[in-house]
Amino acid sequence: MTFFFEVLIGGLLAGVMYSLVALGFVLIYKASGVFNFAQGAMVFFAALTFISIVERGMNFWLAIAVTLAVMIALGFAIERVVLRPLVNQPQITLFMATIGLAYFVEGLAQGLWGAQVHAIELPIRDVPFTVAGVNVSQFDLFISGTAAVLVIALALFFNYTGIGRALRAVADDHQAALSIGIPLERIWGIVWAVAGFVALVAGLLWGSRTGVQFALTFTALKALPVLILGGFDSIAGAIVGGLIVGAAEKLAEVYIGSSLGLNIGTGIENWFPYALAILFLLVRPEGLFGEKRIERV
Amino acid sequence: MDQSANSTLLSVNNIEVIYDHVILVLKGVSLGVPEGQIVALLGANGAGKTTTLKAVSNLLSAERGEVTKGSIEFRGTRVDRLTPAELVRRGVIQVMEGRHCFEHLTVEENLLTGAFTRKASRTEIRRDLELVYSYFPRLKERRASLAGYTSGGEQQMTAIGRALMARPSMILLDEPSMGLAPQLVEEIFGIVKNLNEKEHVSFLLAEQNVLMALRCADYGYILENGRVMMDGTASDLAGNEDVKEFYLGLSKAGRKSFRDVKHYRRRKRWLA
Ligand SMILES: Nc1ncnc2c1ncn2[C@@H]1O[C@H](COP(=O)(O)OP(=O)(O)O)[C@@H](O)[C@H]1O
Ligand SMILES: [Mg+2]
Repeated sequence: MTFFFEVLIGGLLAGVMYSLVALGFVLIYKASGVFNFAQGAMVFFAALTFISIVERGMNFWLAIAVTLAVMIALGFAIERVVLRPLVNQPQITLFMATIGLAYFVEGLAQGLWGAQVHAIELPIRDVPFTVAGVNVSQFDLFISGTAAVLVIALALFFNYTGIGRALRAVADDHQAALSIGIPLERIWGIVWAVAGFVALVAGLLWGSRTGVQFALTFTALKALPVLILGGFDSIAGAIVGGLIVGAAEKLAEVYIGSSLGLNIGTGIENWFPYALAILFLLVRPEGLFGEKRIERV
Repeated sequence: MDQSANSTLLSVNNIEVIYDHVILVLKGVSLGVPEGQIVALLGANGAGKTTTLKAVSNLLSAERGEVTKGSIEFRGTRVDRLTPAELVRRGVIQVMEGRHCFEHLTVEENLLTGAFTRKASRTEIRRDLELVYSYFPRLKERRASLAGYTSGGEQQMTAIGRALMARPSMILLDEPSMGLAPQLVEEIFGIVKNLNEKEHVSFLLAEQNVLMALRCADYGYILENGRVMMDGTASDLAGNEDVKEFYLGLSKAGRKSFRDVKHYRRRKRWLA
């Protein structure tokens, strides 16, 4: 039983990492209806930029500030240069544009900083400790704490500031928002900047877990089942979806994998979340927390 | 400049509107809204009322519509190239047809979004919120409900209240009566009249409900097929035999078109 809990908790904590990436998708999707395929590339860009300037001798905290500024600038630039000219275009056009954008951002990151793998050292020790006989990773706990702070901060921002309210208004009804004088373009710029900030947090944490390498961009794909489970337009859904995917893939790996006689590490966790997501699509296509349209007669 | 031009808040001069580069919808519409008045823009479904309002508020581009001729002036300066946000800052705001409340925001949050363009203090906003609630007491009761779950009448009130929070001098109000029960329509028109008298907000009111609109308005224009076919004071229009026949349903013959009546053809009052 202890072993089961260890796997479960390990999975949940790892799932928080997926939640962080999914969060970036949700923000942009909610506000502008764009599925931003480039979110993973932005995570990679943030992590690589950060580690490269740290390796060139910059102080850790200063490097975070500088990377944050770069990510916010990148967010605004993407809105201005890529998405604004495509306003009123069909969704599929916007989606294609973000695919192009993903390759561009990846290329830009590697062009600027080179393609070798880096390690990020966060100032926390990764020593597991024991609660009631269950081993818990300190590092994973730190990640969860960070994610919690981030989500609370976003929730406060969305619910209690004028800009946050305007963001939700735009997400609800573009036309109406425009009619009362909310400048859509500025709001979208802000959303992309916030998504850039979320990408930085995800990039730092992922980078310190797996190393900063090109494969980071594929973390974006793991966010897809998370989004299908949680709902594309729900912040709560991104969190819960991430936890479910994290826990499910670890449990599947350990229990289903071993009962099939596979060795641990043969990669059931690579496809299991997708299978789960497809099952889920059949049952509840709007996700656990997705907003249903309010129907009134 | 003559005297009357000084008190004209909004003037629309012979505008033409084309959708998708080819569909000509407004074929030279001119109208004026004097400061402090309620002007009704009347006509059947598809006459071009919404298009006219959106041309003023500059919401056409979002629908691939474009003003290709004519000009629009607010307080004597041209406003046809301004963004909707800039227009709201200058005091012109539109309440769209079909209300368009933010469904997943509460009624009070909806109202607060109306103040987005203002640089006002919290206390000022609070005071204006109470002012809106004093005109729409029902909204105060429902302040914490999601707008999507309120009734059609409450949504219409929310949409008007939200516009008021921008402190406009002029509201472009599109079909407030749509889909509402008669006594609710009466209530809302009463509040509009009240706002006009006490808060000095001018209105350009697009309506199919000609009877109700003429009771509330000072002046009216009748739009048909993208042209102004007739205009006059509200009481003149209400007393006009043809208006009675075609729009107030007071004839047995059923509704005909003004186009069937020769002497109203192609009035171009503003070009004369
Ligand atoms: N976005 C659009 N694209 C093309 N045609 C439109 C569009 N919006 C309205 N129209 C056409 O313009 C005409 C006037 O519409 P509208 O201004 O909505 O009239 P009203 O508000 O008086 O009912 C109608 O014939 C309508 O089909
Ligand atoms: Mg209309």
